[in-house]
Amino acid sequence: MALPELIAELRRVLSPDRVLHAPSELAAYDCDAYTVVRRRPTAVVFPHDPAEVSAVVTQCAQRRVPLIPRGAGTGLAGGCVPIDGAVVLMLTRLNRILEINLRDRWALVEAGVPNLQLARALAGTGYHYAPDPSSQGASTIGGNVATNAGGPHTLKYGVTVNHVLGLEVVLGDGSVRRFGPVAGAGAPDISGLIVGSEGRMGIVTKAWVRLTPNPHEFRTFRAIYGDVESATRTVSRIIAAGIIPAAMELMDRGIIGAVEDAYHFGFSREAEAVLIIEIDGPPPGLDRQQAQILELCAQCGAQEVLAAADPAMRDALWKCRKMAVGAVGRLSPSYFIQDGVVPRTQLPHILRRIAEVAAANRVRIVNVAHAGDGNVHPIILYDDADPEQLRRALRAGEELLLECIACGGSVTAEHGIGIEKREFMSRQYAAADLKAMQRTAEVFDPFEILNPGKLLPDRTAGAGAGRPNE
Amino acid sequence: MCFDHDYESPSPNPAAGIARETLRRCIHCGLCTSSCPTFTELGDENDGPRGRIQLMRQVAEGSLPLTGRVREHLELCLDCRACETACPSGVEYGRIVEPFRTAMLAADRRWEQRFDWFRELILLRLFPYPERLRVMLGPVRMSQRWGLFDIVRRLGLLKLLPERLARMTELLPDPAPGTPRLPRFSPAVGRKRARVALFVGCVADVMFRHVHWATIRVLQHNGCDVFVPRGQGCCGAIHLHCGDALGARRLADQNLVAFELDRYDAIVVNHGGCGAMLREYGVHWRDGLQPHRKKFAAKVVDVHEFIEQLGMTLPAGRIDAAVTYHDSCHLAHAQRVTAAPRQMLARVPGLKMIDLPESLLCCGSAGTYNLVQPEMADRLGRRKVENILRTGASAVLAANAGCMLQIAAELRKAGAQLPVLHPMELLDLAYRELPWPPDSRATAGRTNGNTSPPRLIR
Repeated sequence: MALPELIAELRRVLSPDRVLHAPSELAAYDCDAYTVVRRRPTAVVFPHDPAEVSAVVTQCAQRRVPLIPRGAGTGLAGGCVPIDGAVVLMLTRLNRILEINLRDRWALVEAGVPNLQLARALAGTGYHYAPDPSSQGASTIGGNVATNAGGPHTLKYGVTVNHVLGLEVVLGDGSVRRFGPVAGAGAPDISGLIVGSEGRMGIVTKAWVRLTPNPHEFRTFRAIYGDVESATRTVSRIIAAGIIPAAMELMDRGIIGAVEDAYHFGFSREAEAVLIIEIDGPPPGLDRQQAQILELCAQCGAQEVLAAADPAMRDALWKCRKMAVGAVGRLSPSYFIQDGVVPRTQLPHILRRIAEVAAANRVRIVNVAHAGDGNVHPIILYDDADPEQLRRALRAGEELLLECIACGGSVTAEHGIGIEKREFMSRQYAAADLKAMQRTAEVFDPFEILNPGKLLPDRTAGAGAGRPNE
Repeated sequence: MCFDHDYESPSPNPAAGIARETLRRCIHCGLCTSSCPTFTELGDENDGPRGRIQLMRQVAEGSLPLTGRVREHLELCLDCRACETACPSGVEYGRIVEPFRTAMLAADRRWEQRFDWFRELILLRLFPYPERLRVMLGPVRMSQRWGLFDIVRRLGLLKLLPERLARMTELLPDPAPGTPRLPRFSPAVGRKRARVALFVGCVADVMFRHVHWATIRVLQHNGCDVFVPRGQGCCGAIHLHCGDALGARRLADQNLVAFELDRYDAIVVNHGGCGAMLREYGVHWRDGLQPHRKKFAAKVVDVHEFIEQLGMTLPAGRIDAAVTYHDSCHLAHAQRVTAAPRQMLARVPGLKMIDLPESLLCCGSAGTYNLVQPEMADRLGRRKVENILRTGASAVLAANAGCMLQIAAELRKAGAQLPVLHPMELLDLAYRELPWPPDSRATAGRTNGNTSPPRLIR
């Protein structure tokens, strides 16, 4: 690989100040929010528009240098770790909201727009963009599309793929393509295929996203439990009663302490579990649902159920939940978070197993969960200064994911496979199925330069690419 | 911004004074990135809080030399501390970057033997001293009164000055009327509820003495005896941020002497930057006086917060206007005061508050940042002004001298003549039942037309 030549070309097609290649400046791109695996990129580039993205892709394709698109770098599965000397392509400068069309209920945004920036631009219009990953304050729409991001409200409203109407994508040969209804009717749903492909089927530069009318009213409750199992039983009972809440979230005792330190909401530190349940819709239906939910909480042994008194309290409650993972710095210098899914009825089982696995491996695990979706987020704490602790933490994580598969679930719901879980793909899918995925990716990325080694356990990435740092 | 030759400087480790635990608190989640003005503008991790912490951590651990580029990324930080508000793990970014930069700058001076006249003469010897500043500004003030200054500014003659001096001159506000010396004592109006000492500072006292007058009157209306202790001076923030910790300490200790703590219920501050510095007197230096500085710091309170806690007296006057409020970084992020000024203003009869988009994003003033990092300061200033003009407000309020200077200068550049006021000024008008808009400084607003919001189809 003629790297100096590539860097010279990149400086030419962009401008010298938009290509970083000094070692001191590359270190910040060694990893994203998954810090277990770190690799140094060859260069970091900052294109301003799709044409420049295309020019960068063309340069890298000619030299077969891998390329990794990156937004805010809040990914939790290492999707942005630059293995194999990749060039990191930053989409942060494609950060304009180009159009908000309330009449037809869509918005056109560039990939680098933070999710929250779109939410703020929509404030007061009566509409919102439904996917609300907990990282939404920082994470970008492009990154949300790449990982098919979810969030608490996906329980009722669906994940990112349900809210993407069309995409503008730069493919692995440098061509700029548009997929979805924007390209005309009658085509297969190719934008649906690209959502969740973690940058392997093209670099998303623009997205047409669906806007959803705001609900008439919210009711948000906080239920406190003396044990985790009663909380998870409540979740199953509510769903079984035919209620689809807007969100149903669980936090356990370990994380509640950190959240309380951060935001002083007033959670009891003695509570073993807290459920946040939100229902929304027209008021008459809500009254009935509220009565049912309160009844079910009581039946399942909730110690206390408190309704958010006003929008400010609702906001505070959601802030606590959404920032919970970021607050673990109060508990430990390092962590990684799992993203397992199990059938809702298996929630009590998987949470019991999490506690057992933590004890067996002598690591501390705290939990948040999109409980209504059966999506658990065990947060595994370790000290990065101690390699032995990291090994035990990784082993615990692996055992948990295998348990999720054994329960009939999956190793990821919304964080993506990234580099972290790619070895699990062959446990979840048959070899022939993986092959089909691989070949599909090659259609979009003929030179295999787009984020190779992520998502699929493919051949481009050398053995040990996902090895933790020493 | 970007040098092609990265150089190393043989300075001692600037991270020496930073606790390892403080550095290790960052778990790399990245939730801070979007709160950071320079990351928002440049989209480079090296210019975001997470990346900067990593740079400093690596320098601390010895795995990264303090190269010219590393230095640039750290110098480009505004120290606005928006990332502290954003950080769920409670990383005290200011406690990392401030000592690091202080040490970096101190080392820079020692090793390179570089004499930076601007820093030495203007930032360190002129700004922090109100009397010197007043004398220096005399001729400028006179020319402003005669209209000469405006002509000079319009002819572009300021460009003949050295760049940073020209920028500084461009920031000068129009002369404010009626700013005689502040009285040592102003008695409470009505039932007496508190005894307070007002901190007046340096630049704030020379350029915004009318704000101090307004603050005193508002405090009086709220039942406060207001003292202005003589002998007080600059809070020391300029020195500290320029890498002169010793000079800063000298000023801090001068204030320790000037304020007799037992005499007052509180030391009230009306500018966010000074308040943040005073409230952190207890952490910057470790010597025998530290307990006393801590005690001092505990008495310091922002004026809005203080009056809110006291229970604000409702003003009798009416102000029929729509205004917007900009959060000063060191009030909002360093002192976590965002609600109190808004709540006070919302009680003024007739006044409509319009939310300012990106209110929590720095305006680019950041102490002396707009003088030493002009390019980024201008970008942020323009962004701020575009947001302000988009609100359609007839005035913008900010509780910090630097923000007021920066926003006013950027508004002038954009051709918009929106008044920039301190919340205390507006409240003062309301208490005194004076008419709006306030005297000569308010003129009809005019937008510059270069704002580009997304196309909105309803």
